[in-house]
Amino acid sequence: MDSLQSYLTIAAMLFSMGIYGVVTRKNAIAILMGIELILNSANINFIAFNRFGGMQNLDGHVFSIFVIVLAAAEAAVALAIVINLFKNVGSVDVDGADLLKG
Amino acid sequence: MAEYLFLFMAALVIASAFWVVFSPNLIHSAVSLLFTLFGTAGLYVFLYADFIAATQIVIYVGGILVLIIFGVMLTSKIDSPSIASSSANQFIGGMGAFAIFVMQVAVIFNTPWNIGSEQSRDATVGSIGKLLLTDYLLPFEIISILLLAALMGAALLSRRN
Amino acid sequence: MMDNSNLTLALLNLFLPLLSFAILIFFGKKFGDKAHLVSLALIGGMLAIAIRFFSNVFHHGAEPILETSIQWFTTGKFSVDLGFLINNVAAIMLLVVALISFLVHLYSVEYMKGDPRYSRYFAFLGIFTFSMNGIVLADSLVMMYIFWELVGLSSYLLIGFWFEKESAANASKKAFLTNRVGDIGMFIGIMILFFEIGSFQISGLIEGVHNGAFSGDMTLLTIAGVLVFMGAVGKSAQFPLHIWLPDAMEGPTPVSALIHAATMVAAGVYMVVRIFPILTPDALEIIAYVGGITALMAAIIAITQNDIKRVLAYSTVSQLGYMIMALGVGAYQAGFFHLTTHAMFKACLFLCSGSVIHAMHHALHELKDHDTDPQDMRNMGGLRDKMPITFWAMFISTLAISGVPFFSGFLSKDAVLAGSLSYYHYHHGWSLFLPIAGFGAAVITAFYMFRLIFMTFFGNSQNKDIYSHVHESPFKMTFPLILLAGLSFAIFFTLPSTINPFDSHGWFTHAVPMVDNVAGLNMHEVEEGLHHAHHSAMMISLAVAGIGILMAILFYLFKSIDAKKVANTLNKVKLYNLSFNKFYIDEIYNILLYKPFLAFSWLCSKLDWDLYDQKFIDGWGWITIKLSDKSGEADYNWLDQKIVDGFGRLTQYFGRNLKLTQNGVVQNYLLGGIMGLLLLIIVFQQF
Repeated sequence: MDSLQSYLTIAAMLFSMGIYGVVTRKNAIAILMGIELILNSANINFIAFNRFGGMQNLDGHVFSIFVIVLAAAEAAVALAIVINLFKNVGSVDVDGADLLKG
Repeated sequence: MAEYLFLFMAALVIASAFWVVFSPNLIHSAVSLLFTLFGTAGLYVFLYADFIAATQIVIYVGGILVLIIFGVMLTSKIDSPSIASSSANQFIGGMGAFAIFVMQVAVIFNTPWNIGSEQSRDATVGSIGKLLLTDYLLPFEIISILLLAALMGAALLSRRN
Repeated sequence: MMDNSNLTLALLNLFLPLLSFAILIFFGKKFGDKAHLVSLALIGGMLAIAIRFFSNVFHHGAEPILETSIQWFTTGKFSVDLGFLINNVAAIMLLVVALISFLVHLYSVEYMKGDPRYSRYFAFLGIFTFSMNGIVLADSLVMMYIFWELVGLSSYLLIGFWFEKESAANASKKAFLTNRVGDIGMFIGIMILFFEIGSFQISGLIEGVHNGAFSGDMTLLTIAGVLVFMGAVGKSAQFPLHIWLPDAMEGPTPVSALIHAATMVAAGVYMVVRIFPILTPDALEIIAYVGGITALMAAIIAITQNDIKRVLAYSTVSQLGYMIMALGVGAYQAGFFHLTTHAMFKACLFLCSGSVIHAMHHALHELKDHDTDPQDMRNMGGLRDKMPITFWAMFISTLAISGVPFFSGFLSKDAVLAGSLSYYHYHHGWSLFLPIAGFGAAVITAFYMFRLIFMTFFGNSQNKDIYSHVHESPFKMTFPLILLAGLSFAIFFTLPSTINPFDSHGWFTHAVPMVDNVAGLNMHEVEEGLHHAHHSAMMISLAVAGIGILMAILFYLFKSIDAKKVANTLNKVKLYNLSFNKFYIDEIYNILLYKPFLAFSWLCSKLDWDLYDQKFIDGWGWITIKLSDKSGEADYNWLDQKIVDGFGRLTQYFGRNLKLTQNGVVQNYLLGGIMGLLLLIIVFQQF
């Protein structure tokens, strides 16, 4: 049952849901969570290909490590921004941050 | 036995992810994310990525998720706000996400993947370590610098003026 | 070299008057009333050259003194040359023109004094003299035609010199147009001759006819000759184109003397003299009849005229008829002789009448009378005591024109009448008309000329006021009179051969012998006939002149017969009216020619203006305006408002609506990006 396709399918599902979460949710932190989902799906893809792709060394794993590290850094900075936003505006509702409105 | 476990893991991941994005309650979303991450770690194990699984749990769950929950705590109102978006957005977003999923599935099942030979189930830590310091030295160093920058950035951003 | 100097002299002769014209036209204002000095100097020079040429006449024989030509232009076979042909005839004519032109210039200094366009007058006289010289010197018919037209132009300018007077302007137009009618015929005639013979030159034409160019078709030569003669009919005021000459009296009197007595009108006769050798007997017959009719008709009209210049004008027409008739009957020498003598005494008569009119004018001016006509003889009378020189000059000229022995006119007229008698002798039948016309005109001429003398200079003055104010004219005017009167004596023409007043042999007859006619007229016959008719002609002409003078004396000197009663009697058969109204020829022309033509041109004008211009041309304009209105409308309302502005509004609409997509919410931007990505994948993916 654990063929390449199934892992990829899982990753696809995660990805779609992540996209949905990013686009749909009003709370900034909820959006962050959606982004985490997307990153995870990418990770699953990397690892799955590393196992099923016939590679000699563990390139996929290394990539995955990098992705995780990046996710951490990004989450830290994003949360700092959200905190700032909360301090300035009073809520983390992204609909309120519409200063770019044309 | 392993198959059922795999299915369980997959279901856990997907169900949790589902609840992450569809839950009206932010805390529920965060906890679901926890389960998603755990499930993903389990999937890594099935993929013989032991180090990555551990790293996932340690960093993602122990670091990022904690951070997120801190964020939730710090920024949510006492009375839980409505965090669902408008219905029009939901529809279009849902359509878009679904379309993406469909496309990906179509690609996955129509591409003749080049399945390689069965791999050995060794410990991966050593190999990863070796790779990091030989083939992937440059990205490694850059990641370090990036982490430093993120650190500084986060600290700067959350200064109390 | 004789020829070269002759050519130079001939060129000078031709162009000195033109120089006078050019200087006075452009710089006349600067000279003011000294303008006559320029022209007198130049014309005097021309006169000297003419005298030089004339002197050759005594030395040479009949061959030409100068015959040269240069090519002017060619187009294929058609070649036009200009050149001079000076033989005795031309030399005599040159002298006539030069002398009378000079005398008229001198006379005009006094006559035209104070005229505002003084210098222009002398300029016009200059161009006239130039054109006349051109005709005289021309060696080809086309060159003669060119100067023919120029003479017509000069006549127009001079007759209409006082163009403020409407009658003068009309008269000058009439003169020019009538001349043009004659010139059409002349041109066609010249062209016929050219096409048959191939040359315009007179010598060439004579040779061509002699060599038989027309031998198959003498009628064509006759026609050509008659057509060329039409030019003479116009220029020399023969019937039926004589109508312009009496009206031309509107011009200044010196002009009448120069142009309408001595030179221009003589140009027609001169031309016939030049082309005489190629005129067929048939053509000559027509010419003779035309001349005869003219001579008689004009004389009859002159009897009843009261304007002194009109009388002289009709007299000129009549005498020209004489010359033409002489040429027609073959009396070539007589015709030219009469031309020369007539030039002298007619010019004298006109200048004398000018002197009288000038005196009358001054008298009327002093009396502040602007209504009385200074030219009407009925206002004159008894002037011979007041103006003796004028009187004697005029009297001598009148004797000359009436054909009294001892005077030049007698000799020349006698020759003409002899010619007419000899013609009848040979041809019998209707040609009796010619001698009757000739002698009849002689009677009448004597009558009306003496009538003029008596009415003007004798008897009691009709207007005592005028009489007390007139006086003799100054020297510049009387000198020409004296000179010309002197030249009217017979001996000037008969020296050195004879002083017999009845014998016309002299330098003239030696200089101008009979030429050969190559078109079929037997000149020997003509000469013989002339010789035989000579005596009878002389007798009859003496008798006829005597009768005329006697009648004039009875009517006007002694007043034994009442002129008015006779006029009324004759008027019972409308004869007086016929004469007084010039045989109604002008009126006939008016009805037959002018009115239909004017009606036709009115019709054409209506067609052109009302129909073509207004409807058709303006119609296009109207269509264009309507089209441009519509297109302007389309452009503004449709193009500008709808399309161009439409684009603007479209852009506004899109902008307003697309603005809504920029709602500031980043998630939506992301959604849009995802949608776009999906779209791209779908479009470019091949599933």
